[in-house]
Amino acid sequence: MNHNFQKDISGCGLTGLISRKRHRISGSDIVKSLCLMTDRGNGLGAGYAAYGIYPDFKDFYAFHIMYDEPAVRRTVEEYLKSSYHIEKIEEIPTKAVKAIPISPMLIRYFVSPLKEKLAGDQQETDFVVNTVMKVNSEIDGAYIFSSGKNMGAFKGVGNPSEIAEFFKIDEYEGYIWTAHTRFPTNTPGWWGGAHPFTLLDWSIVHNGEISSYGINKRYLEMYGYKLTLLTDTEVAAYLLDLLIRRHGLSIPVACLALAAPFWKNIDQRDPEEKEVLTALRQTYGSALLNGPFSILFGHSNGLVGINDRIKLRPLVAAIKDDVTYMASEESAIRAICPQPEKVWAPRAGEPVIVNLD
Amino acid sequence: MFKSLAPPEYLATIDREKCIRCKRCIQNCGWGVYAWGGDKVLIDTFKCVKCLRCYHYCPEEAIEIKDNPTKFKQNAYWSFNNIRNIKKQAETGGIPLTGMGSDMPYPILFDNLLIDACQVTNPSIDPLREPMELRTYLGKKPSNVKVEKTKDGKLKLSEPMPPQIKLDLPIIFSPMSYGSISLNAQKVLAQAAKASGIVMNTGEGGLHEDLFPYRSNIIVQVASGRFGVNPEYLNAGVAVEIKIGQGAKPGIGGHLPGEKIPLEVARTRMIPVGTDAISPAPQHDIYSIEDLRQLIYAIKETTNYKPVSVKIAAVHNVAAIASGVVRAGADIVYIDGFRGGTGAAPSIIRDHLGIPIEHALAAVDDRLRQEGIRNEASIIAAGGIRSSADVAKAIALGADAVGIGTAALITMGCTTCGKCYTGNCSWGITTQRPELTARLDPEVYAERLTNLIRAWSHELKEILGALGINSIESLRGNRERLRGVGLDSFTLDILGVKPAGR
Repeated sequence: MNHNFQKDISGCGLTGLISRKRHRISGSDIVKSLCLMTDRGNGLGAGYAAYGIYPDFKDFYAFHIMYDEPAVRRTVEEYLKSSYHIEKIEEIPTKAVKAIPISPMLIRYFVSPLKEKLAGDQQETDFVVNTVMKVNSEIDGAYIFSSGKNMGAFKGVGNPSEIAEFFKIDEYEGYIWTAHTRFPTNTPGWWGGAHPFTLLDWSIVHNGEISSYGINKRYLEMYGYKLTLLTDTEVAAYLLDLLIRRHGLSIPVACLALAAPFWKNIDQRDPEEKEVLTALRQTYGSALLNGPFSILFGHSNGLVGINDRIKLRPLVAAIKDDVTYMASEESAIRAICPQPEKVWAPRAGEPVIVNLD
Repeated sequence: MFKSLAPPEYLATIDREKCIRCKRCIQNCGWGVYAWGGDKVLIDTFKCVKCLRCYHYCPEEAIEIKDNPTKFKQNAYWSFNNIRNIKKQAETGGIPLTGMGSDMPYPILFDNLLIDACQVTNPSIDPLREPMELRTYLGKKPSNVKVEKTKDGKLKLSEPMPPQIKLDLPIIFSPMSYGSISLNAQKVLAQAAKASGIVMNTGEGGLHEDLFPYRSNIIVQVASGRFGVNPEYLNAGVAVEIKIGQGAKPGIGGHLPGEKIPLEVARTRMIPVGTDAISPAPQHDIYSIEDLRQLIYAIKETTNYKPVSVKIAAVHNVAAIASGVVRAGADIVYIDGFRGGTGAAPSIIRDHLGIPIEHALAAVDDRLRQEGIRNEASIIAAGGIRSSADVAKAIALGADAVGIGTAALITMGCTTCGKCYTGNCSWGITTQRPELTARLDPEVYAERLTNLIRAWSHELKEILGALGINSIESLRGNRERLRGVGLDSFTLDILGVKPAGR
């Protein structure tokens, strides 16, 4: 079986913001916020995700793909052409940065699945997920690291300011941003292994170590997910995809499954709620994310921040006007929003859910 | 009479200087080792099984039970038991019987698995300060939950959950029937199950009316002899178990001799007093998986759809069998490894048929996941669970809960002497002789058994805390937190476990 893997372990810093009124905010803000938390990364990975950055192509899936060599690019493009209408292919704009002497080939594609390729009543999203799984697990040297609509992830090996400069993050404008700096303890760093981790419109940045990883992975494999990255973040992303997109749970209910309340609290609820919470734990026990974590996950309609059940990793939130900020440290928020109207530390396991108006 | 050429295994000895001739040893020994000779205690050491009842009840510590030094010449190939059994068989032409689980020196995989712990990158959790959850639900789970919002914004289930058995910790008492063990021993199990928030299992012996008050902590069993089965019995507990096989004697039925069938056992089993109670090897209405499905659903219809468990022995092809059992509609698959205990089994069967629970459990959990049906049934692993470490390892390999039998009996005085089939148990456990069963005070021993469960639950919480997780479901199937030592790569592959150092 698929047990002989080496899991990736890292500590991290994360930050994110959302404008409820869809004001598009320059990437320079999020870069400034992330770059403040120098202690939280060691230069072995950083990344950014933004929503609302491709308004001209908002109906197409934006595939960001990294290639180790040109030959692989041909293989993937042939495969894509057979299943997708490709609206546009271009190199992801980058700038030469001294600290990043080598980088993979980075190409983006705006695509939509060919209708005749969808089997029966297959959802378009399922088709796209299958493509991502197939390319990432079966084609060596190619990696789809972003696959949503009107959003994109930009990430690599380097410190936050270098990666931001490399990808020219300050030239993008988005209404939701998440960002991440890594402190891996065991891997030399691979571009694909940096955060954010994305699938369709989901993007995840994550600080922590999922101690339940082994069973979360096996649980997801039962539903056809192929875990190629061996990071905790990947597990969180796929669990959200399974629970929300495929099982149809609302985001608050999915959070109740992933960071479930303790039995002693469930037992005190009124009978109907107790029944729901009990059923969620009984059914989604293998999806419970256990161990220290704080996670920000962005999606096409909003941003969610959540901690583990006993808050073993930091997460601070703040509000100013229509913008909500969430970060590992309050200082990272105040760096770009010196006087928020409200600042608070979300309680363990209680999600902060912000939806676009 | 011809003296047996099979030498005694043990030498019971009495220090004549210390002995005060109180005759407690005579009174306590269920095997008839001791007798009064007018001025001293006489010893028939051939009958001694080293159950140590006499030793514990001798007020002067005058008794010593030694392994017989006069064994056959030491031989690495012809073991003492090989030679002894041949001599016995030559004398009787019979099948040597035995009780308990196999004591043969096969490799013990549990002892080659080690559990992970946290350092730096993830904090360990102190179970004395933080909540630590062991609660477990047994039964079929849907693949997803459908939730709706009511008008006042509250959450409500759109579809009811299948019935579940709630356990305060992932341990149950394995099936042991009234007949094979005494009613007092069953009362110990029932009382401790209730006090610990877990369940016991009647085994195939019916349900004595004294246990009715414990019905919410009882699983009733239906096996090939159908003893004590009627609609009232099927509805008496929280679930019904269909016993197909037993780890200690896969493919073999049961035989409770008439001597162990006094009035109460006969009433409970619904058979005449003193008749042999024979459980056929197969269930004669189950010759196939489709027959099993029919019985499962017949029982569900009778019980208004209580969970149905199917107990199978761990045999070579156990993964495919378990998959069939789940597809046939079982809510729980109970897998019994070859180390599992028995009240009576031919020793040749016990020691040579079946496979260990560790392999079987890993194979079944893998197969059910490959087929996408792991949520359809809970897995109970049993057959040689000796400690909370074994519990944790079994759960990490994929079990929802474990069954313990021998460990529970040990709290009642059992020393695993292995002579359960004789009906002479001096501790009052595997006997129906009233003077022996009266020794087992249910209240006293239920407290001991409850203590054991409490101690194991503390240990399990310590293990979870060291692993940095605060709920048992995050250990279940989490083989990433196990490592193998000294295991070959095939075995590691079957267990789905990395070698230590990786």
